[in-house]
Amino acid sequence: MSDLNKLTIAEARDALRKGETTSVALTESCLSAIDGADALGAFVHKTPEIALERAKAADARIKAGDAPDMCGIPVGIKDLFCTEGVPSQAASKILEGFLPQYESTVSGKLKDAGSVMLGKLNMDEFAMGSSNETSVYGNAVNPWKTGDDLLTPGGSSGGSASAVAADLCLAATGTDTGGSIRQPAAFTGTVGLKPTYGRCSRWGIVAFASSLDQAGPMTKTVRDAAIMGAAMMGHDPKDSTSADMAVPDFEAMLTGDIRGKVIGIPKEYRMEGMPAEIEKLWHDGAEMLRDAGAEIRDISLPHTKYALPAYYVVAPAEASSNLARYDGVRFGHRAKLAQGDGITEMYEKTRAEGFGAEVQRRVMIGTYVLSAGFYDAYYNRARKVRALIKKDFEDVFAAGVDSILTPATPSAAFELGKDVSDPVEMYLNDVFTVTVNLAGLPGIAVPAGLDAQGLPLGLQLIGRPWEEGDLLNTAYAMEQAAGFVAKPAKWW
Amino acid sequence: MSIDIDTAARVAKLARIKVEDQDLPALAGEFNAILGFIEQLQELNVDDVEPMTSVTPMRLTRREDAVTDGNQQGKVLANAPDAREGFFAVPKVVE
Repeated sequence: MSDLNKLTIAEARDALRKGETTSVALTESCLSAIDGADALGAFVHKTPEIALERAKAADARIKAGDAPDMCGIPVGIKDLFCTEGVPSQAASKILEGFLPQYESTVSGKLKDAGSVMLGKLNMDEFAMGSSNETSVYGNAVNPWKTGDDLLTPGGSSGGSASAVAADLCLAATGTDTGGSIRQPAAFTGTVGLKPTYGRCSRWGIVAFASSLDQAGPMTKTVRDAAIMGAAMMGHDPKDSTSADMAVPDFEAMLTGDIRGKVIGIPKEYRMEGMPAEIEKLWHDGAEMLRDAGAEIRDISLPHTKYALPAYYVVAPAEASSNLARYDGVRFGHRAKLAQGDGITEMYEKTRAEGFGAEVQRRVMIGTYVLSAGFYDAYYNRARKVRALIKKDFEDVFAAGVDSILTPATPSAAFELGKDVSDPVEMYLNDVFTVTVNLAGLPGIAVPAGLDAQGLPLGLQLIGRPWEEGDLLNTAYAMEQAAGFVAKPAKWW
Repeated sequence: MSIDIDTAARVAKLARIKVEDQDLPALAGEFNAILGFIEQLQELNVDDVEPMTSVTPMRLTRREDAVTDGNQQGKVLANAPDAREGFFAVPKVVE
């Protein structure tokens, strides 16, 4: 078999079971694709020795029979996941040289299932960004391009999206705090699933905003998201917000039959100045689901416009607290001190040197909204607005809506290096995705078409809490109807 | 609500991030842009709304009160920029 790196998880799994290929062959194919793709900046720490060792073990396990679905599947791991003995920097200078002494629960589950780690993937620093440009490694690049300009793969899981779209791995892990799985997936023509808050353990994932962070799979197809997602999920006593619920066999739920399902179209997501192509894509997506037998219903989520401002209070507040641990004492970077510098100077210099501009900005905004005198006006108010946003969703679900269809992003991938002097402009990338994190719901981005320039566009489906199986099935029906098969032409 | 240079300096101090004096005006400008955006939240009446405290209503589970981990001094100190004699080393804190 040739081009093994281009296989989906499902194809590779079946080929491994039939003895048509081996995990070692799959892994070698991916490793050589990775070595030829340095221009994409996707893999920032390569782990070929670990990969080949695990591939050999996987081949033995498959031969012995009864191996799990993910056994022998080569994947990339976002740099946010702590991986034992392998650099895990959250794309930050402050974690330079940090070698975790433990494995995150999610990457550990994949490891235990026999999947093969190819290396660590680029991202925005501490997952704060929408273009992968805040990374200490330099930005990842989108394999899709139209002219001479290099495009962003999105962020924060930009390296994951780039690697999956360019067939450097069969799939990758991502994390999503405000859209960091779904926006990059939409920008690269791949599938990204953010599970319900609590489905994937957060243990061992570098924390950004703990009430919003959730890990999920980034894959080539909806079926692969079902397979890999199930392998990543499950209860973990080490994360107190991890849900003690059984994880269903999502793949078995992919029937493509969505007759009678009610799909909500929220009028508040029709934004002023939305490109006509996105509007049309959204309309076409609804028609596809209607043709498949679903009922399309106009709905209202009245507090939508307050989601992004609420997010930019809650997320920085939690980040300022979570990132307080980077003090130059226990791990990572410590600044060189001048004569007479005390511990306060050590903290201040270490954090100024170690954190990039966007991270510093968010830590300080978080500090401000939590400071005495502003806590009620900003932080508490944002938490109340968050409750209202969650109730918007609860109301439509109670009225019988099964899933909600929206655009995934307000535009296609944009050029890297675009001057964004107003940080708020970059924040608008998350306008369609951030509500889902605030409400703790599952959401999935599915590639649905190309724009006039030939760049991929995605649609987002939002599901009821804990009903990833139903959500994936609706996404599967839409994927089949959209028939998106385009791949980026290789230039790297 | 407008952030002046003194407030920006105070926030940087609270966040324990060193910001040079010449960078404070730009920082204050960015804060104002972000806070201006957040200001929209004041439009809503939230008088009777309980602030969200838990994403999914759940009781935190309890476990048996037993020692389950420990004796990992080497691993705990493995990544320290300065570890000596089994401790984290920092500049003098108490005179």
